[in-house]
Amino acid sequence: MNEHTAVANGTNNIVVSNLTKTFGKVRAVRGINFEMDRGTTVALLGPNGAGKSTTIDMMIGLTTPDFGSVSLFGHSPANAVHMGLIGAMTQTGSLIDYLSVRELVSMMAALYPSPLDVDEALRISGADAFADRMTRKLSGGETQRVRFAMALVADAELLVLDEPTVALDVEGRRDFWIAMRAFAARGKTVVFATHYLEEADAYADRIILIAHGRIVADGAPTEIKATVGGRIVRATLPNVDLDKLRPLSGVTSVERRGDAVTLNCADSDATLRELFTLYPNVRDVEVRGAGLEEAFLELTEDDDDEAV
Amino acid sequence: MNQLTYLRYEVIRTYRNRRFLMFSLAFPLILFLAVAGPHKNQMIVGIPFPLYYMTGMVAWGTMVAVISSGARIAAERQVGWTRQLRITPLPTWSYFAAKIFCGYLMAILSMLILFVAGSLVGVHLTLSQWFVMVGLLLVGLIPFSVLGIMFGHLLTTDSLGPAIGGTTALFALLGGAYGPLVTGGALLTVVKCLPSYWLVIASKSALIGGGWPPQAWIVIAVWTVVTSVLAVRVYQRDTRKI
Repeated sequence: MNEHTAVANGTNNIVVSNLTKTFGKVRAVRGINFEMDRGTTVALLGPNGAGKSTTIDMMIGLTTPDFGSVSLFGHSPANAVHMGLIGAMTQTGSLIDYLSVRELVSMMAALYPSPLDVDEALRISGADAFADRMTRKLSGGETQRVRFAMALVADAELLVLDEPTVALDVEGRRDFWIAMRAFAARGKTVVFATHYLEEADAYADRIILIAHGRIVADGAPTEIKATVGGRIVRATLPNVDLDKLRPLSGVTSVERRGDAVTLNCADSDATLRELFTLYPNVRDVEVRGAGLEEAFLELTEDDDDEAV
Repeated sequence: MNQLTYLRYEVIRTYRNRRFLMFSLAFPLILFLAVAGPHKNQMIVGIPFPLYYMTGMVAWGTMVAVISSGARIAAERQVGWTRQLRITPLPTWSYFAAKIFCGYLMAILSMLILFVAGSLVGVHLTLSQWFVMVGLLLVGLIPFSVLGIMFGHLLTTDSLGPAIGGTTALFALLGGAYGPLVTGGALLTVVKCLPSYWLVIASKSALIGGGWPPQAWIVIAVWTVVTSVLAVRVYQRDTRKI
């Protein structure tokens, strides 16, 4: 047995092999492979429709893959669910009624072999402030906190969160991630999906970039940021030779539209310093972050995108 | 895992649902008092009218109770709750069992209320006759419980009310819960193939003694098998969709 198979069969990690799923004519997931160690936090980062949710649904056994397999600490997703090894917060879903928040979380706690104390889960998620309110009378953000509490109370080895902060405001988002960090610090394994680079960068040990159902990059947040965290500098600079702009520090590509030039930069600070020095007549300078969508387009533009 | 705690909260949820209580408890009681009260001393199909009508209303109320309980799955499906449960260790059969249990609990409550009302209007049965009747009713409700689970996977919350109301009213009417609809002829042969007919007739069977004739057991068994097969089909189709 070589070293690779030893890892693949290990009970101490998560192995996702060649996951594939097609819905009708849409090839949602087209061969996702990764391994992750117990106790780490991995972000699945990608634009909407990239296949993150489908990947997650296959990891937790909600969707059956057409092809490929998932091993969670040596178990199939169905067995891992049955053993209470997974606590999950799916992207959609609301709460059942006729129960208070505390009752609902207690009901969920009863389903797991060794749940967290209910009050503890309510406190970590921030749902303790409205624990005695009926589930029907909650706002969107409050509902999201309760759903987080339900995932936490399992006290499972693996916590899976699919775009958990979508319904939250800025403050709610920050509180959420602080809570997630506190939970992960107990040695838990966390997988979360997001389309915010900042979230993935700040809260994950590793980022897996997904676009068009494939992994397009996989690495530490700093590496991924270098790949997709580029900036776009726009400026008015009439009659300049584009070939002279290309060699500027930090520039990856240039375009012109009328008097305006657009510089795609990996290091916009360096580019700007040179730009101002070499072209004192430059004006209307704008710097903005290149969106993930743009970064993904660039990463995947030569990708075959044919239907099945 | 503590499934009893889970079940306890399911029961709490059932009793906090006022509309549910209203239809399975209050309506049959009101109708019973309004109709049986003025006809205390009459006889019908060979048994005292209050006894017949009490059982008819029990049949209707308990049918509503067990079907509604299973059908609540539709609402839980719609908000994504069943999906949430599928990523917990709770087995699917426990989820269904809890729904059936809550339906029966409600059905028993409905029976007790009508039995008390019946006693007040002059229904007299020996203890063993009460036991036989309750036993037959509990068995006769099995296919309706399964029907509820099926409705829960077939319908949306919007269509649920009319579907439950229509189905139970039709079964109750044809089965003779509101009064014997047919007492003879070819139509009676058809009506005798309905489980609701045997629910209503449970009172007569108990009074005469000896319980149901073999036909009743066959009808209930066949309906249970057929509804179960359909429910499994509908459930499988529904989970595949996700």
